[in-house]
Amino acid sequence: MTDLLEFLSLRDANVRFVVLGTILLMSSASIVGTFTFLKKKSLLGDAIAHAVLPGVCLAFLLQGEKDPLWIMIGAFITGFISTIFIDLVVRKSKIKEDTAIALTLSTFFGFGILLLTYIQKSGNASQSGLDQFLFGKAAALVGSDLYNFATIAVILLVVVFLFYKELKLLAFDPDFARSIGLKVNLLELLLTSLSVMAVVTGIQAVGVVLMAAILITPAAAARYWTDRLPIMLVLAACFAAFSGLSGAYISYTLPRMPTGPWIVMVISLIAFFSFFFSPQKGIISRWWQIRKYRHAIALDNLLKTLYQLTEKEARTDKWFSFEEIIRKRFFTDKQLQHTLQKAKNKGFVQCKNEQVYLTAAGSEKGQRIVKLHRLFELYLTEIVKLAPDHVHDTADKIEHILTPELEARLEEKLNYPDKDPHDAKIPR
Amino acid sequence: MIQQVENPILEVHDLTVSYDSKPVLWNVDLTIPEGALVGIMGPNGAGKSTLIKAIMGLLPLSSGYVKLFEQPLDTIRQRISYVPQKESVDWDFPTTVLDVVMMGRYGKLGLFKRPSKHDKEVALQCIEQVGMSDYIHRQISQLSGGQQQRAFLARALAQEADLYFMDEPFAGVDAATERAVISLLREMSTAGKTIIVVHHDLQSAQHYFDWVVLLNMHLVASGPTKDALTESLLEKTYGGKLTLLSEIGEQMRKTNLPKDIR
Repeated sequence: MTDLLEFLSLRDANVRFVVLGTILLMSSASIVGTFTFLKKKSLLGDAIAHAVLPGVCLAFLLQGEKDPLWIMIGAFITGFISTIFIDLVVRKSKIKEDTAIALTLSTFFGFGILLLTYIQKSGNASQSGLDQFLFGKAAALVGSDLYNFATIAVILLVVVFLFYKELKLLAFDPDFARSIGLKVNLLELLLTSLSVMAVVTGIQAVGVVLMAAILITPAAAARYWTDRLPIMLVLAACFAAFSGLSGAYISYTLPRMPTGPWIVMVISLIAFFSFFFSPQKGIISRWWQIRKYRHAIALDNLLKTLYQLTEKEARTDKWFSFEEIIRKRFFTDKQLQHTLQKAKNKGFVQCKNEQVYLTAAGSEKGQRIVKLHRLFELYLTEIVKLAPDHVHDTADKIEHILTPELEARLEEKLNYPDKDPHDAKIPR
Repeated sequence: MIQQVENPILEVHDLTVSYDSKPVLWNVDLTIPEGALVGIMGPNGAGKSTLIKAIMGLLPLSSGYVKLFEQPLDTIRQRISYVPQKESVDWDFPTTVLDVVMMGRYGKLGLFKRPSKHDKEVALQCIEQVGMSDYIHRQISQLSGGQQQRAFLARALAQEADLYFMDEPFAGVDAATERAVISLLREMSTAGKTIIVVHHDLQSAQHYFDWVVLLNMHLVASGPTKDALTESLLEKTYGGKLTLLSEIGEQMRKTNLPKDIR
């Protein structure tokens, strides 16, 4: 706990660097990633992230030390070559994009591991710590190194800000973008370069293996909470910054722990939470919505059944037993109890000694459902020309969803009919 | 029946377009008069969308050229509007109706500039013209097919162009939208705009358009509706697939002929 407070107070200059650095890196990468996500190019980020490894190693081999600037340049070059490679394979061969991405990713990453192993076995003293680029080490971001990474992060943010409307159009409607004279190919090149830069800035903190998660996961999570692109960008940046912050904290308290997996775990948790709990698109709220529909339909069906029973008796003050109801339309005991309770609360029925009585309000509602059912059956036989024995099941569904406006139009179309196709009266 | 006109607003000269070195449009030669409301008709796979995409420079041309307002496309883009097929975009994109219509202003804005208050006013007015004022801030995935088409149309209006290309604006829309759209197009045509529409329904074509282009991998007819929309020309366009032509095209794809061969 004291660790956390110490960390959050940012008193230590190193901690300050690491915290600011990771927040900048993560949020800028996630903002670039939001556009690749919307352009449905998520896998491309993964390919780039893996393809920067040989660049890191080659830069080290040529330079002989871990100079972050050289390493960034090396990473950028091989990352960029991988995107050209994918593009070439797709255009010049019969291989489709997903295969081209998988091929490129494994080829580049395999080559990178080869180089890394060679370096590690070479006995070069300054190589220790190069494997941190695999899984990341946020605490290794210190002093001047950080300026390089942070500068790129700021460049990314500024470029996205400047080209915001073009990038949006590129992701939404590239044909239209081209038709108004935008250089779509150049814009795509720009977005690819931004993605490579975002990956390169993040490898120190997250590592090459997991960097793709920072590009894509924040955007995927943010999409669940909003339908507006500007808000989505801000949310993605916040999610990414928070996960970066927690990664930095882990790195600070547990120095032997790689930070990349921690950052990815945190951002994935945020994403899963979003999938389940976001207010409109989340799985839970959709499930809840469906449950609500089911209950509403059960209520409709109960009132319809009671109305049909009173219709048969030609009187409205009759009490019906549970058996009578279930004989007319099947309900499980639990369903019937639950629905009756709800109908009672809403004043549609009264219950006494296992007997049910339909109130005036309930009768009105039941009558409307019956009317919609019969109206729609008539519509299907008269206008759509279906056989009378083929219309019941469809009408059983439609009766629950017709709006008063559609009801009026149905009646008008059918010229205010009295009888349905089975000669039952259409109540009014 | 291919009628050429003097001072055309659109001239397509000997245009051939290929996918994968298989020609899908063969040597199209046509001219369109200014102010016409034009329907491009033909069976599935006739190359209707391909023709307007090629005119808009979205596809590479195997041969021929296109002139608009007697100039190449790049110099007069500001005066041209293109409405892609509704299905060509992802309607789940996180944006609103107003934002989509504002995109119609981007061509005039240029790089780095943000839309101004005036741009917003124009956009709002265009939204009103297509009867979508109640949906300005609606997320686009919540729109019906007809409303999506109206949003696209409003975006085209916001471009304030003189020549419009629309790819199937009547596909998958409700009757009310179809009526609203056609009356809007007539209004624009009366105001001197030229509108070129890819259309499917033969029945409505003779009421909608005053110029018709019939296409089936090659140009069958281009002329005023009453001359071009005749039984015999329709028979030529729709009757029987051009098996030979498409087989020759297929052969070209298989042999993968180098593009510069003569």
